[in-house]
Amino acid sequence: MTKLWRWLIPLSAIPVLVLLAYGFRVNPRDVPSPLVGRPAAPFALQGFDGSPVSLAAHRGKVVVVNFWASWCYPACYEEAPVLERGWRGYRDRGLVVIGVDIQDTPEAGQKFIRDFGLTFPNARDPAGKVSIDYGVYGVPETFFVDRKGRIRAKHVGAVTDDVLKKHVEPLLAEPA
Amino acid sequence: MTRAGRVLGSLALAVLLLAAPVAAQQPATPISESEAYEIASQLRCVVCQNLSVADSPSEMASQMRELVRERLRAGENREQVMQYFVDRYGEWILLAPRRSGFNLLVWVLPVVAVVVGLGIVALLLRRWTRGASSPAVAAPALDPAMRERIRREVERDE
Amino acid sequence: MWGALEGSIVLWAWMLSLYTLLLILRHRENARDLYPWALSVMLGVLSFFVLVMTLPAPPFERLTPIPANGRGLNPLLEDTGMITHPVALYLGFTGFTVPFAFAMAALATGRLSDAWIATTRRWTIVAWYFLSLGLLIGGWWSYHVLGWGGYWAWDPVENAAFMPWLTGTAFLHSVMIQERRRMLKLWNVGLVVMTFALTLFGTFLTRSGVIASVHAFTQGTIGVFFLSFLALVVLLALALLAFRWDDLRGQGSLDSVISRESTFLLNNVMLVAAAFTVFFGTVFPLVSEALRGVKVSVGAPFFNQVNVPLFLALIFLMGVGPLIAWRRASVDNLKRNFLWPVLIGIVSAAVFFALGIRSTLAVLTFALTMFVAATVALDLVRATRARLRMQERLIPAVGGLLLRHNRRYGGFLVHVGILVIAVGVTGSHAWSVQTETTLKTGETATLAGYSFRFDGLRASEESNHFKVTGAFTVTNGTTRAVTLLPAKKFYPQEQSPIAYVDYRLGLVDDLYLVLGDFARDGSQATVKMQVNRLVSWIWIGGLILTLGAALAILPDRKPAR
Repeated sequence: MTKLWRWLIPLSAIPVLVLLAYGFRVNPRDVPSPLVGRPAAPFALQGFDGSPVSLAAHRGKVVVVNFWASWCYPACYEEAPVLERGWRGYRDRGLVVIGVDIQDTPEAGQKFIRDFGLTFPNARDPAGKVSIDYGVYGVPETFFVDRKGRIRAKHVGAVTDDVLKKHVEPLLAEPA
Repeated sequence: MTRAGRVLGSLALAVLLLAAPVAAQQPATPISESEAYEIASQLRCVVCQNLSVADSPSEMASQMRELVRERLRAGENREQVMQYFVDRYGEWILLAPRRSGFNLLVWVLPVVAVVVGLGIVALLLRRWTRGASSPAVAAPALDPAMRERIRREVERDE
Repeated sequence: MWGALEGSIVLWAWMLSLYTLLLILRHRENARDLYPWALSVMLGVLSFFVLVMTLPAPPFERLTPIPANGRGLNPLLEDTGMITHPVALYLGFTGFTVPFAFAMAALATGRLSDAWIATTRRWTIVAWYFLSLGLLIGGWWSYHVLGWGGYWAWDPVENAAFMPWLTGTAFLHSVMIQERRRMLKLWNVGLVVMTFALTLFGTFLTRSGVIASVHAFTQGTIGVFFLSFLALVVLLALALLAFRWDDLRGQGSLDSVISRESTFLLNNVMLVAAAFTVFFGTVFPLVSEALRGVKVSVGAPFFNQVNVPLFLALIFLMGVGPLIAWRRASVDNLKRNFLWPVLIGIVSAAVFFALGIRSTLAVLTFALTMFVAATVALDLVRATRARLRMQERLIPAVGGLLLRHNRRYGGFLVHVGILVIAVGVTGSHAWSVQTETTLKTGETATLAGYSFRFDGLRASEESNHFKVTGAFTVTNGTTRAVTLLPAKKFYPQEQSPIAYVDYRLGLVDDLYLVLGDFARDGSQATVKMQVNRLVSWIWIGGLILTLGAALAILPDRKPAR
């Protein structure tokens, strides 16, 4: 009996090793947002075309809030056409896409919008307040807000047609 | 990308960043810059890997620093400012976990480790000194001068 | 050169083979019992790295498609510090393989006498020294390149290098007890295993991307390889240790609690507790996520708070340990060695307080430092006097003393180096000031008695990047005006600009400027100004430490006891 307990020494290393092995299963960069399920923070910005851009103006619609920047290559460049397509396809069913350009210059942002021919509302967030209010880590990040104004999902990285469809369809189906 | 493309790209990038916003507002009411620094150094810079908001040279961090100042100016205290960030980014943004609940573990275990370590050493010292103490004490009587000389010799060789 | 993941594995394997070669050359003849086993262990570890090199991380694989200008080195790494830092660090990491190999050899053969300790002493100091150097150069690189104004961020990767340093330091001290008293055999083997395992853990941590860190390169199969190897090494070593348990359990006996032995035991408790703290803090995010599903961070504020008391205790022990008598310290011995240092410590605390230093931590650290410095000085003066009495001149007396007792005085010198570093760390924490302002051209900002005048911006095209430089003139009324030129570099292959800090090092004040955002017409710029206090002491301490370690490595002049 007294001889056996010493084998506990090597055995004691096992929990640590298991913990480290567990580490493979998690991605340290993938931090869940505490905002999902909460009401989306209101914001009012000035759009690139000079018109006001706010969340409140689209109450009752499904809103996709997309944070981007012109220097975010390639992800933002990949998703811009996707967002434009989605906005054109779903707008009749009550969807709005709002683009928020962060950590960027007006000229570069303007050029980006022109290059991709984006027609959905787009605004600059000059002091980064909206992005911090939404707990944004980097670009691109996209929030899906339901008709009641709650954040229902957050997507990190470029949005694809499938991602957009997956998140937007059920929200559009919900009653206002 | 071609070489020309790269140069062009770098120039475009430079122009783009040259025009980066310059925060020029002066504080309306004076706030303690060291308080703002203290708070910022407790917050993790979200675009860096392991720097605090206070230390990071990134634009996101400087926007966050400005936001900290602004909230302080608006009359919030340290705890409220930190809570604002925790609500949006989760506990992850705190560089030192709060001393409550499960996180207490990370604060308490080091103390436990020291106490246990000291306990083991105390136990060992007691066991080791018990048996051996008497014969060593019964050293032959030497005159103090001699003892001093021996000690000096011994210590020089250490 | 040794860029990224694959390069670092190559470097590692290369260092390890160097050590193996040296081991063969040195010990083929003089350590016949242990040599074959030790060599097998070394080769075993080496073959693991070669395996990693061939399977999951081949270093010379072709890039497809072939980039026009090569893949390009991360611009932050274009610095001499970054070339020497990994070399020193890895010489330290791999160096601990040698004591580990001999410890395993001792366990395997059952020759648990003190031969393996004697054989590996110098190896351990070499490894320890390179690890220290690696840490210091890393700090220097961080300070003068990364531009965040600090030298130590408690990043997982820094922690990974710091943990084996702590346990290695513990080992260097506890070995002395085994040499003298034939005690703590078990503990010493345990420490060596721990140190070596921690070096592997460090590599695992940085190479696997399990814990987010500035250095984490990839997530891939390589982590699995490392973890399996780590598991193999730890389980095998600990199983061997358990197997030899009875032989290792020495009959300890001590004469008194007040003795150098117990001081060293306390030192070991503190060092291992510090290592544990760093370890637990580093993996705690994983623990939290596994058990609670919540992501948390454990960073600098935590590590600073928890470790500072431990380090203060260590500094105190650093003063007591070398002078207190082995076996049993008489009241006489205590009085003789510590009366003056304690008085000096107390008086200097009062003086520091009177000078207006109000940070408790700073006063405490400086007083302890003075105490330790006084013990070292006292000992040196006494020993020199003893030599002078034997009709020697002063210089040869000191020289002879240092060389004859190179281990002792090498150790002292290392201690002094650590003290100087401690002063630098404390001072920079307590008194560094910083501010961030936006200045128009010609405007002046003041900080800590210095005035910083913004003289304007200048843009230039460099060979591989575009650079915007801000010119600042700094004066403080007494010294000559200093021009500082912090810049931002825009590399085509990098998304965001790289800050190029400019600084002026000083014995007390470092001036340190980081350029932030600027107006495109060059009329104004945001700048982060720092006056960092006593940081230079850290680098000076590093130099002293180097001298001390070199002295300690010199061959013993006296015949082995």
